[in-house]
Amino acid sequence: MTELYYDQSIIQVDLDVTSNQEALENMAATMAEKGFVTESFKDALINREAAFPTGLPTQGVSVAIPHTDIEHVIKKSISVAILKKPVEFGIMGDLDSTTPVKIIFLLAMDETHAQLVLLQQLMQVFQNEEQLTYLANQKDKQNIKRFLEEELGFTLKGGE
Amino acid sequence: MADKRKVLVACGAGIATSTVVNSAIEEMAKENNLNIELVQIKIAEVGSYVDTADLLVTTAMTKKEYPFPVINARSFLTGIGVEDTKKQILEELKK
Repeated sequence: MTELYYDQSIIQVDLDVTSNQEALENMAATMAEKGFVTESFKDALINREAAFPTGLPTQGVSVAIPHTDIEHVIKKSISVAILKKPVEFGIMGDLDSTTPVKIIFLLAMDETHAQLVLLQQLMQVFQNEEQLTYLANQKDKQNIKRFLEEELGFTLKGGE
Repeated sequence: MADKRKVLVACGAGIATSTVVNSAIEEMAKENNLNIELVQIKIAEVGSYVDTADLLVTTAMTKKEYPFPVINARSFLTGIGVEDTKKQILEELKK
């Protein structure tokens, strides 16, 4: 079981953005409004993504797992966005190439090296084309929340 | 038995991807009876290990040159090409 702070307000469907920076700004702002991250999180996240991109090409739709240092995080949470149209993210570990990302999992982690199980479960989803396609085409936040709880074992902590 | 090899596992922030990679290599070492020491760090910290490390496995590739081989670890996250990556790591560690 992984205890996380999240609710439907940090799950977004049909997010209409034209660049990865716009997507990250939007997601970080929502997280800050909820009090899950500090105001400094947004810039730290964008700078980190520029230096160390997190786009991951998979068998199905590409995903990205943007994250940054723990000092910008108040409460451990994960924000999910399904983009209306994919935007290009740099490919992790690749110096020059990008991949069109449709699903973003923004990881706001408050401890180093402590979320192995959660991450491994997430990676299992990245290796499952059927599950990725399900998420990518999802228009209903409730379904995504249910997916996170049932497939990833996320446990809601603090409020609805 | 050969000397213990020091393997650095690095990602950009040292919080997310290196954790997954670290655990995968740990398992691999057990299966193959490898005598290694894993050190999980941020890519920015690699500099302090240039004299002692034998291998760097990372999701945050840089253009910087190191005195030891560097292996891209992205496949541990996506599953694509993971067997090749494992083979690469094993070959380096058996040298």
